[in-house]
Amino acid sequence: MTLVIKQEKPKSTFSKIVEIISTMASRPSGLIGLIILVFHVTLAITSPLYAPHDYKAIDPSLMLQAPSSEYWFGTDSLGRDVFTRTILGGRTALTVTFFGSLIALLWGGALGIFCGLVGGKIDDVVMRIIDAFLSIPWILAMLLIVSLLGTSTIVLIPALGFFYGKGIVRVARAATHDVIAKDFIVSARARGHGNFSIIWNEILPNVRDAIMVEGAMRWSWMLLGFSSLSFLGFGVSPPTPDWGLMISNARGLMSFAYWAVLAPIFGLSSLIIGINLTADAFAKALGIDRSTKAPV
Amino acid sequence: MQQVVQEIKNLSIGFTSKKGEQISILKNISTTINKGETVGIVGESGSGKSTLALAMMGYVKHGLFTISGECIYQSNDILKMKNRELENIRGRKIAMIPQNAGQSLTPNLKIGYQIDEALRLHTNFKKEDRDVKISELLNKVRLPSPETIAKRYPHELSGGQQQRVAVAMALAGNPDLLLLDEPTTGLDVTTQAHVLELLNFIAKDTGTSMVYVSHDLGAIAQVSDRVIVMYSGEIVLDGPVRTILKNPIHPYTYGLLKSIPKLTLSGLPNSMSGSQPQPGTIKEGCSFYDRCEFAEDKCKINSPELEFVSELNTSVRCFNHKKLHKKKDEDTKSSKKVLRKLNKNEILDISSVSISYAKQKFIEQLLNKIDDTNPTVKDINIKIDKGETLALVGESGSGKSTILKSIAGLIKAKDGIIKFDKNKILSNDLKKRDANYLRAIQLIFQNPDESLNPNHTVEEIVSQPLKLYFGLSGNELKQKIIEVLKKVRLGEFYLTRYPRQLSGGEKQRVAVARAFAAKPDIILCDEVTSALDVSVQAAVLNLLQELKVDFGTTYIFVSHDLAVVKAISDRVAVLYQGRLCEIGPSESVYKFPSHPYTEVLLGAVLEPDPDIKPKLVAEDIVEEKPPEKGCSFQGRCPRLLGQICKTDVPPWQIDENGNAIRCHIKINDLKNQQISN
Ligand SMILES: Nc1ncnc2c1ncn2[C@@H]1O[C@H](COP(=O)(O)OP(=O)(O)O)[C@@H](O)[C@H]1O
Ligand code: SF4
Ligand code: SF4
Ligand SMILES: [Mg+2]
Repeated sequence: MTLVIKQEKPKSTFSKIVEIISTMASRPSGLIGLIILVFHVTLAITSPLYAPHDYKAIDPSLMLQAPSSEYWFGTDSLGRDVFTRTILGGRTALTVTFFGSLIALLWGGALGIFCGLVGGKIDDVVMRIIDAFLSIPWILAMLLIVSLLGTSTIVLIPALGFFYGKGIVRVARAATHDVIAKDFIVSARARGHGNFSIIWNEILPNVRDAIMVEGAMRWSWMLLGFSSLSFLGFGVSPPTPDWGLMISNARGLMSFAYWAVLAPIFGLSSLIIGINLTADAFAKALGIDRSTKAPV
Repeated sequence: MQQVVQEIKNLSIGFTSKKGEQISILKNISTTINKGETVGIVGESGSGKSTLALAMMGYVKHGLFTISGECIYQSNDILKMKNRELENIRGRKIAMIPQNAGQSLTPNLKIGYQIDEALRLHTNFKKEDRDVKISELLNKVRLPSPETIAKRYPHELSGGQQQRVAVAMALAGNPDLLLLDEPTTGLDVTTQAHVLELLNFIAKDTGTSMVYVSHDLGAIAQVSDRVIVMYSGEIVLDGPVRTILKNPIHPYTYGLLKSIPKLTLSGLPNSMSGSQPQPGTIKEGCSFYDRCEFAEDKCKINSPELEFVSELNTSVRCFNHKKLHKKKDEDTKSSKKVLRKLNKNEILDISSVSISYAKQKFIEQLLNKIDDTNPTVKDINIKIDKGETLALVGESGSGKSTILKSIAGLIKAKDGIIKFDKNKILSNDLKKRDANYLRAIQLIFQNPDESLNPNHTVEEIVSQPLKLYFGLSGNELKQKIIEVLKKVRLGEFYLTRYPRQLSGGEKQRVAVARAFAAKPDIILCDEVTSALDVSVQAAVLNLLQELKVDFGTTYIFVSHDLAVVKAISDRVAVLYQGRLCEIGPSESVYKFPSHPYTEVLLGAVLEPDPDIKPKLVAEDIVEEKPPEKGCSFQGRCPRLLGQICKTDVPPWQIDENGNAIRCHIKINDLKNQQISN
């Protein structure tokens, strides 16, 4: 049973966004996710303004100090302030993965819609090629790319964007398949609209939500992936602070300098949880049920 | 005193809205189902009929809850029973047959196994007894050779056969009460008539009480002893079938019966204005007030109670029902004559068109050749005059939609030529068609939920042809949209609505507006009223007729409903398995002589009158594909002439009224045979 609300006013894009966000915030999990995400983004943007110490100042005399009023999270093996490095450590990860997700969204969405639209042989072949490409363990491929082209963000963003677009292709393709059989598409074809107009006006509004939700989900996976690269020494180059790298450097000292490893772990995992909760709430607010698919 | 199978007392079921209000979708329903009685529950979509039927087996859908009242079965309230107790009743004592039986059968299990499963669950028979019982049940629902049917999978059966299997499974537990929710909706006319006849037989044979839920008064008339009419969650009329259908004393039923097209009438039926209110919107007064032609001021503030009229043995919920006591059936039959003015001016010429769905091999694709000797649609020749309404009728799969699609250029015809406006050949490739010809031919689809983009407002939907064909924009565009909407009787405030905020009838009006916005010469209508409620159907038909008078548009109107076709068309073409059987002016197609297939179709039409029974002349088998040679109807023809029907394609014969029939039987013999029985 559907209840028709007769007096629904047309909504501007802005008020739609406001409505979606307020729906997301109306559940505790969504609210928590949003708060964490907003906190991290704000931190990433503003942290250089109030970071208490120089993130690269090495001082052997201050090696592995326990947390104190001067060094809130203690110091690391080179005597650098862990607190400063932690609040700065998400900046690169967030930037790279945010733009990486955008790229994944764009190419995955475009290719998925294309495959869904043309169907048949072309669809089969394209999907097979993508599957083949992506059956190579992504971390190996990433290592290859990074060792050939270096670890600059210009390399990392498109590379990550490429590897995380596969899921989006699938979602976009499936959503397009559902829409393509509907009579309003047949109707548009019969009127003589071109393919571009059909994609833009008829298909996109109906698949956009599913694609964006998938993109948001990919973002958190990509963050994990990027941090793993850093952890292996292929992400951010020292001395730039980065959680993955910090965890990697400090992990051997866990037993006597737990602060140096716990702080970045906390930063990374809270951000991933925040993005996940937000993406889930986003999906629910748009009326998409993701409960059957759990992130890896 | 009759034995009561189930008693429903003061039942209200509802849900809590997002705003926290409690909204009823069933309001104070009280009625009883007697032993051996078949009760028809009729109402349009959203009137609460399915909710009521489900409550009768102790089931309340997720999100709904019982506000008050009870359903008494064997002196227990089944709505309060625990699942454990219900298991002993559901399927055993109270069984249900859902609308889409084909989908409710498990696809990968054999029919026999599924019936065995039902028997194991609902009876205490031993294995050997169950095997006997399976054959018995399949026999009872009159499936041919039960042994072979039992070994088949559901997809190897036709829709009608699947429905019979569902009936057999429901009968497994030998129930006291059988609930049927739209059991024949979606089946072909001939199949539907057969299934209804079977249900009648079973009701008599087993003495099972039945509750038959449907929106189709024709089907209700054939099976019910008693009819309950629901409107907006209330019972508005409850009485014997003949009283309800022949002397409907509630204004809604009265109007509804007037708005149904019937074979015995010519012209369009009167339409009822408006649509059923949404649950929760009626706060006071009679829920039918907005649409009622007998309404008075008191109806606006006071809600009528269900009142028992003893001389008619009927309960009615209306203050003014006395006004309707005297109005007998002549009155309910009035219908509008349709003005027909035809100028012989050919607008479309379909000649020798064949269409094939056969998959092309790669080589053939290269040579751009479609090779199929037995195509889905074959040898269609139809000329259509400007301003004419040509109807294509036939059962599902007869190729009606396929022909429309090829006219619209959506499917490439294998052979043949379609000419527009005397001599302009329409390319069979959409991309090669001139924009002006694309504009000239517009389509309206069956289901507006599918044909309107759910993410577009009414304004965006109607603007598309205006932008595409006329390049309109800005204020000019907006004015034009408002003008077009006005033509389909929709006000300016609809502009910003999304399809989900419209009723079924309103949605279809938007689809009509979109088609007319292109200023088309021809509109192809594919089952445009099949998805609509009866009370709304007449309004859409009338709208199409008025627009045609105003604009001189030509319609090609596809429908499986012969009564609707009779009401709206000038000429009718009958299709069987993609081959034309008969084509002629509609008055003569509905008169004898008829092609034997037309005769079968006409015989199976269900009139909303318990005294007009359908004639079941042919078997309701479904053929997979047309025969290779001979007459397309040979497999089911009740008048099969002989070997010649299997070898030679029958010739066209034309009777004195200009009605062309394709049959080997001489046209006069056909007429004599048909009149004599
Ligand atoms: N896309 C398709 N591919 C293959 N066969 C089809 C397709 N569409 C329809 N058919 C077949 O063509 C026949 C005619 O179908 P259709 O034109 O839809 O009939 P109708 O509109 O009269 O119900 C049916 O046998 C149907 O199964
Ligand atoms: S009570 Fe009044 S409004 Fe309601 S059906 Fe009767 S006459 Fe019409
Ligand atoms: S040609 Fe033969 S099979 Fe076909 S309709 Fe006539 S009698 Fe029946
Ligand atoms: Mg069809």
